[in-house]
Amino acid sequence: MSGGHAHGTGRCRELVERLSEYLDGELDPGMCAEVEEHLGGCPPCEAFLESLRRTVALLRRMPDPPMPEEVRRHLVSIVAARAASPEDEEENR
Amino acid sequence: MEGDDSDLLDRIRRDDPGAFDLLVARYGKRVYAFGVRMCGEVEDARDVLQETLLQAFRALKGLEHPEALRSWLYRVAANACLMKRRKGRFEPERELSLEELLPRGGEGPASEIPDVSDLPDRELERSELREAVQRAIRDLPPHYRIVLVMRDLEQLTTKEVAEALGLAESAVKMRLHRARLMVRQRLEGSEP
Repeated sequence: MSGGHAHGTGRCRELVERLSEYLDGELDPGMCAEVEEHLGGCPPCEAFLESLRRTVALLRRMPDPPMPEEVRRHLVSIVAARAASPEDEEENR
Repeated sequence: MEGDDSDLLDRIRRDDPGAFDLLVARYGKRVYAFGVRMCGEVEDARDVLQETLLQAFRALKGLEHPEALRSWLYRVAANACLMKRRKGRFEPERELSLEELLPRGGEGPASEIPDVSDLPDRELERSELREAVQRAIRDLPPHYRIVLVMRDLEQLTTKEVAEALGLAESAVKMRLHRARLMVRQRLEGSEP
């Protein structure tokens, strides 16, 4: 690994700024090609992209906190009560 | 998750007796999960869910475009979360510079962050890795956390997040990137 490489400078910085858009497929084709050309010749940026890709993959696989059934029942009962007396809508908040 | 929102909206407009149950079934879990991730407290998430879906039930009759339903719901949920936050401590919003989030010197040869592409869901649910990711999300500044949760966990599009938060799409992209870099930085420093 080149010890002198710093993502915070020059072309690397410009491209690192766009890596989320690259991963999300939100770059225009021209910019996308530029990023890929740079990555092919810059192992530190390639490694950085891989760690970002893994981060995003992890985030997208996070399990949801489960909604307790009791929360759902409570919601539905509130709506039923309000349907019966809509003028009391602002109470109970 | 989305199902047919135009059918749902039709039923809400007609005061169909099963419409609220359907709204809860389709979006309840999502809004609840969003509330837990944003507020960090189950009690707050319940309030957010209740306020969001009740407000939705009252106001959705006027919503013309079914495709806007998701971003509309998240906008209401986001506002409810922000109200909870205002009752807590005040934190000024500041945009972080890219330099604060990049490795100093060269990037190492291999990432410490595991590749979860082939990891079974069950293993991910049990692992300390999940705890590390949750901590990293929780520690994000709220204005970054909200964008990251909407984009990467709720998997809204950039356009939907921009609509929900009243931001330009470029601002959503910038905040998302900063948020991901912060999470990345935390995970590279942790030992999951």
